[in-house]
Amino acid sequence: MKKHLLSIDDVTVDDIHALFETAAEMHDVQRRDVKKLPALRGKTVINLFFEDSTRTRSSFEIAGKWLSADVINLSAKGSSTSKGESLRDTVLTVTAMGIDGLVMRHSASGAAQQVAGWLRQESSTIPVINAGDGTHEHPTQALLDAYTLTRRLGSLEGRHIAIVGDLTHSRVFRSGVKCLTKLGAEVTVVAPPTLMPSGITAWSKDAGFATSYDVDAVLPTADAVMMLRVQKERMSGGYFPTAREYTVGYGLTRSRLGLLKEGTPILHPGPMNRGLEIAPEAADAASSAVLDQVSAGVAIRMSVLYHLLAGPSAAATTGE
Amino acid sequence: MPTHDQVPEGSAPVESTDPGRIVLDSQDVTRALTRIAHEILERNKSAEDLVLLGLPTRGVPLAKRIAEKILAVEGTSVPVGELDVTMYRDDLKSHPTRSPHKTVVPAGGIDGKTVVLVDDVLYSGRTIRAALDALSDLGRPAVVRLAVLVDRGHRELPIRADHVGKNLPSARTERVSVRLAETDGPDCADEVRIATSIEGGRGA
Repeated sequence: MKKHLLSIDDVTVDDIHALFETAAEMHDVQRRDVKKLPALRGKTVINLFFEDSTRTRSSFEIAGKWLSADVINLSAKGSSTSKGESLRDTVLTVTAMGIDGLVMRHSASGAAQQVAGWLRQESSTIPVINAGDGTHEHPTQALLDAYTLTRRLGSLEGRHIAIVGDLTHSRVFRSGVKCLTKLGAEVTVVAPPTLMPSGITAWSKDAGFATSYDVDAVLPTADAVMMLRVQKERMSGGYFPTAREYTVGYGLTRSRLGLLKEGTPILHPGPMNRGLEIAPEAADAASSAVLDQVSAGVAIRMSVLYHLLAGPSAAATTGE
Repeated sequence: MPTHDQVPEGSAPVESTDPGRIVLDSQDVTRALTRIAHEILERNKSAEDLVLLGLPTRGVPLAKRIAEKILAVEGTSVPVGELDVTMYRDDLKSHPTRSPHKTVVPAGGIDGKTVVLVDDVLYSGRTIRAALDALSDLGRPAVVRLAVLVDRGHRELPIRADHVGKNLPSARTERVSVRLAETDGPDCADEVRIATSIEGGRGA
């Protein structure tokens, strides 16, 4: 496994299976009285969040703590970033404190990559875990989604997964489609034309997934459906006339639930806009996997932290 | 991410040229386990409140076999579980990470029970140290005992086994390997081998 987890490109299929195997054991830990494993005792992980987050940050925090690491949360608000410190200086400052792992979220695509590059220049061995960078990638979300699906469906080989929603702004989609196709799933992504990323025709051909504008045509053959959040904070560009119109065209409404095969898992990375992209009936359906995703998130993040932080540091093994 | 490099101590499959010599064959293994089963019963006075916890990988089938033998002797079915110690090892930093095995606690739990840890080879004692830590996170047994198929010596910690299949004096440079039908394929006869290792045994 590579030193950093910046993108799904950093993990091989074997890595993904090893991560899932570990996650399955970590899942059991959640049900224990003593939810603590000593694997990362004495290690310190910093959650550096330049963008708002509840579940990803708390999920990483719980994951680190259950592995006995000390976890420190830093958010842009209330840190020296708000005094005008550059990203590079902030990162070098916290790493100079002697931390062992850096989890970061940033609104700029490629921020985690950039930080990993700066750390390499400083000959630092600290692994960087991308917890979401702009509209680029969110690898742990993709891993937890795929893990949730394998627990529901078994092997994803040949299974048809529909990803529906705002593809243009979605890092969940970008990481997700890579991860699911790596595991052999047949993915169809569905969005209104205005929220279909430019250049997706060539990309989908290369990467081996399908695109569609017609959600009603895709749902009947789906083995699972992943709804994406309509990111209201990024919706200033007039992508659709009204929220109502989006729901009618692309929301997982009560009537669309009837198009799905019985028991088809419904995923949503959260936070949900109930009544906009997902109807309450779908979010709370027996087949909804939304809360499974949350508990899988902790297990997957424990697995990632364990595999990246517990072993010998890169410097010790490869002399890099 | 290799998954095979952190083998249970002293029980790596024999590679290289030296096939070594067999110190316990299939019948010897059966006899040893039968004796251990009897010893456990004698020590515990009965099969009441007993729980056998096998340490993956090869401790697990050994624990199951001991439970079968106890069932045959006493007519009581003893709960068998699995206790993985990967996350509790003190040498995590010196090996590439490996996915943990399953930990399975029997339905009745371990609180107030007599827990017998079962492993194939007792060597440095570090695995057992890790197992004791793992156990305390799962509950509070009344008594913890240790049963091993082979004790090859070279302890690095103050740990000893209560029930030993065979004491096998060995040099640190030798490799002791255990093969069981359950873990090494159905065509594989149970055996314990000792061989000289080119690498000079386990690093620690």
